[in-house]
Amino acid sequence: MQLWIPFAASAGALLAIASFVGAGWDAPPVETTQIGYRGTGMYLEQDVEKLEALKAANVVPEAPWEADPEGERAGDIYQNVQVLGDLSDDQFNQFMAAITQWVAPEDQGCAYCHDIENMASDEVYQKVVSRRMIQMNQAINVDWQDHVGQVGVTCYTCHRGEAVPANYWVDDREPKPASNASRAGQNVAGKYSGNTSLPQNALMDYLLGDEAIRVHSLTALPTGTNTAGVKETENTWALMMYMSESLGVNCVTCHNSRAFNDWDQSPPQRVTAWHGIAMTRALNADYLTGLAPVFPAERKGPQGDVFKVGCATCHNGVQKPLNGVSMLQDYVDALDKKEGPADAPDYTTYVPGETQVLGADAPTTSSALPARTTVANTQD
Amino acid sequence: MALLSFERKYRVRGGTLIGGDLFDFWVGPFYVGFFGVTTAFFASLGTALIVYGAALGPTWNIWQISIAPPDLSYGLALAPLKEGGLWQIITVCALGAFCSWALREVEICRKLGIGYHVPFAFSFAIFAYATLVVFRPLLLGAWGHGFPYGIFSHLDWVSNVGYQYLHFHYNPAHMIAVSFFFTTCLALALHGGLILSAANPGESQEGGGKQAEVKTPEYEDTFFRDIIGYSIGTLGIHRLGLILALNAGFWSAVCIIISGPFWNQGWPQWWNWWLDLPIWS
Repeated sequence: MQLWIPFAASAGALLAIASFVGAGWDAPPVETTQIGYRGTGMYLEQDVEKLEALKAANVVPEAPWEADPEGERAGDIYQNVQVLGDLSDDQFNQFMAAITQWVAPEDQGCAYCHDIENMASDEVYQKVVSRRMIQMNQAINVDWQDHVGQVGVTCYTCHRGEAVPANYWVDDREPKPASNASRAGQNVAGKYSGNTSLPQNALMDYLLGDEAIRVHSLTALPTGTNTAGVKETENTWALMMYMSESLGVNCVTCHNSRAFNDWDQSPPQRVTAWHGIAMTRALNADYLTGLAPVFPAERKGPQGDVFKVGCATCHNGVQKPLNGVSMLQDYVDALDKKEGPADAPDYTTYVPGETQVLGADAPTTSSALPARTTVANTQD
Repeated sequence: MALLSFERKYRVRGGTLIGGDLFDFWVGPFYVGFFGVTTAFFASLGTALIVYGAALGPTWNIWQISIAPPDLSYGLALAPLKEGGLWQIITVCALGAFCSWALREVEICRKLGIGYHVPFAFSFAIFAYATLVVFRPLLLGAWGHGFPYGIFSHLDWVSNVGYQYLHFHYNPAHMIAVSFFFTTCLALALHGGLILSAANPGESQEGGGKQAEVKTPEYEDTFFRDIIGYSIGTLGIHRLGLILALNAGFWSAVCIIISGPFWNQGWPQWWNWWLDLPIWS
């Protein structure tokens, strides 16, 4: 009996149905943005309904109240205030209220970071992390205006009401190859490479490490000077996939594909993105990986590395996070200047539930700090 | 040019679709007909406009001349000549010339009393072109989505449009089209090789420098039966060739018309349906 015929036909029909139902098909009209000169094919097409949904999902929350900048300084009132001591009492409490909305789970509130019995204590690890994250936030707004402009970021840009931002990334080596054969870190639907079979761990190389992203030869014929081969090129492509998916854009948003390398032919967005890559590297190296001794195991990836920031962490699928609306005006003193010690404390000494004060003993109110925080050597 | 003796049989009157006897004549080897006239009209006007566009442009370098479609802001309206209007008229001329050519083929088929397979096949090429410059722009709401008329510039357009969807090789219809293109080449190479091998059998096995006799289709069929157990036959191979080639053009048109109007994510994301199958998700 030729039973394979009905079997193959049913399997084919099922697959065909599966690929057309619920697979993200869309019908016109389509929203198109022209990026390059007419006829270059540099367009960004976006589904109208999805754009509406993204708009609704990226609304800026209002500040808890308008803070009064006058009055006694928080650093003089409260103990163990290492990074926000320059704020007025009202500004300090307003920012604490905001951060609770932005980050803390609703049923925990202040207790998510604080020992309610002793708010000054550092025993809850979330408080140690928050302090470092506030410094990171300040560094982004002060040092990385090439990327964030005057819009800047707040905790909400990434956190969106969640204790852990939805779009972090980790060292990704799963699944293990079935045999001893190596799949060279590729050939699976890469979580951080836009679901392609391209190398799945490119972010480790480019957004934590500083491997060269540029693989393009500058001459028509090989000269032997460019050592990048297919593997390096695909690694770069994987990063680019991740970036595109993170921002809901495509390759031609930043490149004219006739010469990916050529800055003169590239849209200006490429410059912003270039600073973004440098910023992300610095944030992961200077702020995130250093916190490894503080984070408990459930806040780390399968390989034991801390959750790291990538483009998607802030952008969440839109080209400008929160569609370019700034929240900074309500928190200028808290987040738009650098405060506190430039160097990170020694996190290896941290013992959750015991450490009362990590870092500087006394509240610091100095704002005369070096232009840029560099603690690259604190990573694990 | 003198009429060859056997041409009398084939150069018959009638069969025209339009114009009656008016253009029912030959110029040298070429049948004219009403659609020959319209072909010549559209082709020369279009070419002249391309030359005019080149004269307006920054270069006479043949590789770099480009007639670009209008900005997206013109939508489906007419654009000024120098800002894409030329492209619009040239597109009308191109479609006019291509369709005229197909209809001229139809008239010749009617004269000869043969099937319409050739114009039918050519219409797939016209369909693919119209998909690129008419149907897809209509669905996307702007003529600016057409490709520019230039040797390098249309290649750049193809590249950029591919990268609009991050990785075009993940487009399922593109996969099907490419497979048909390759299979068309495979079938044509096998067919050409087989016919030439039967027609050029080489030296006779008897030796002595004597040429072997040209072989019949039975030998050709047996060759394929011996290697793959089946021969599609002398007529069948041409049916297969036509089906493969038309599918290549057809799926090319499909792969571009779904890109944008019906799918506006990266094409790798299309394959999420596989990852989301209830078997393992």
